[in-house]
Amino acid sequence: MAQSLNYLKETPSQTAGPYVHIGLAPGAAGFDIYTQELGWDIAGPNAKGERIRVEGLVIDGTGSPIKDVMLEAWQANAAGVYAHPEGGGDVEEGFRGWGRVITDFATGEWGFDTVKPGRTPGRNVGTQAPHINLWIVARGINLGLNTRVYFEDEAEANAADPVLNLIEWERRRATLIAKRTERDGTPVYRFEIRIQGEDETVFFDI
Amino acid sequence: MPSQGEFYQRDRERHPPAYTRDYKTSVARSPQYSAISLQNSVSEITGPVFGHNDIDPMDRDLLHNYAQPGESAIGERIILHGRVLDENARPVPNTLVEIWQANAGGRYRHKKDTYLAPIDPNFGGCGRTITDADGYYYFRTVKPGAYPWRNWVNSWRPAHIHVSVFGTGFAQRLISQVYFEGDPLIAKCPIVKTIPNQDAIDSLVALLDMNATIPLDSIAYKFDIVLRGRRSTLFENRLEGN
Repeated sequence: MAQSLNYLKETPSQTAGPYVHIGLAPGAAGFDIYTQELGWDIAGPNAKGERIRVEGLVIDGTGSPIKDVMLEAWQANAAGVYAHPEGGGDVEEGFRGWGRVITDFATGEWGFDTVKPGRTPGRNVGTQAPHINLWIVARGINLGLNTRVYFEDEAEANAADPVLNLIEWERRRATLIAKRTERDGTPVYRFEIRIQGEDETVFFDI
Repeated sequence: MPSQGEFYQRDRERHPPAYTRDYKTSVARSPQYSAISLQNSVSEITGPVFGHNDIDPMDRDLLHNYAQPGESAIGERIILHGRVLDENARPVPNTLVEIWQANAGGRYRHKKDTYLAPIDPNFGGCGRTITDADGYYYFRTVKPGAYPWRNWVNSWRPAHIHVSVFGTGFAQRLISQVYFEGDPLIAKCPIVKTIPNQDAIDSLVALLDMNATIPLDSIAYKFDIVLRGRRSTLFENRLEGN
């Protein structure tokens, strides 16, 4: 007999199911229970930088929007600092950098308001282009999917981004680049996530 | 400087794959290409931080957090308790734990749930708490009922409580489900069986914990949650700088 390593094993994932909103966004499920729901304000009132909106759809293998999906966003502030003890510094009062994103149940459209994140350090060398990390859960998704939103108007930073450059197939990198438009003077980035099929979005095993 | 490195990689033999034919909804909602493996950067080792100001202590008591004054939810009163640990067996303190569940009749308070079992006017079905310094958490609630769902013509979910946990880094983010010891529906459930490893399935089954019951009040189940552990940086392979 050999010794035992005595590590524990991570709890296995199970789907969030169709009623994820009850637990994580009860207002969307149709009832009011908490004095304060979490994750509806990503940047807070004091965050510096450009105010933006990110919108999109999550589309399944049949080409239909996934109307019961829930996303979480995690991002740095405009200076490239995450609101975390290892995040690289201090952030503005009220900046959490994390949000919960619920769809319109009728259409599957989602959107959130935030500030455009800054560049962040690469793992060992270099700099990561501005990006928002997304985690996607829904009925039928057995383990939350991780992806990243990059920005169309950051072409130079994107070209040098170590994560985008890790994607062997150059044409698949485009699935992570949000398209910029403007509405009432505010930049709106469109980001469609295709779970499978033509132009399947790149997901990461992080 | 961080004293710890990246998170241990996920053991894919203990997590369900994306495509699981017998859980029908996964078929059109599963990526076909492999995920790109990413060594952790600052974007993955960090994650949202929560504090006691974010929640109310009452939020962990599902018997009363949606009940009229003087009333409580109907059903078998239970305590669900345990610790959030990492794979190094260290407690994960001050982390947010959120749960949601059906009522004792198997009905969810959700505008999309149309099961014929009635809504309990005194039961909302969600709760949240923050672990203490030892990683400990507890909830008071009712044991949820089994309910039918449209997978095969006659499919039933075992009694379960959904659980959502954060840890310290976005790479640890996890949602799972808690099942209850002795439930014969566990072995029949297509969602349970998305997990390809029996030992991993068993780790989702909460045990009756007589020592934690409150005599003449509530029965108790113990459920520990394990999040990914982090590598110690014994040798230089740093996340930051050059």
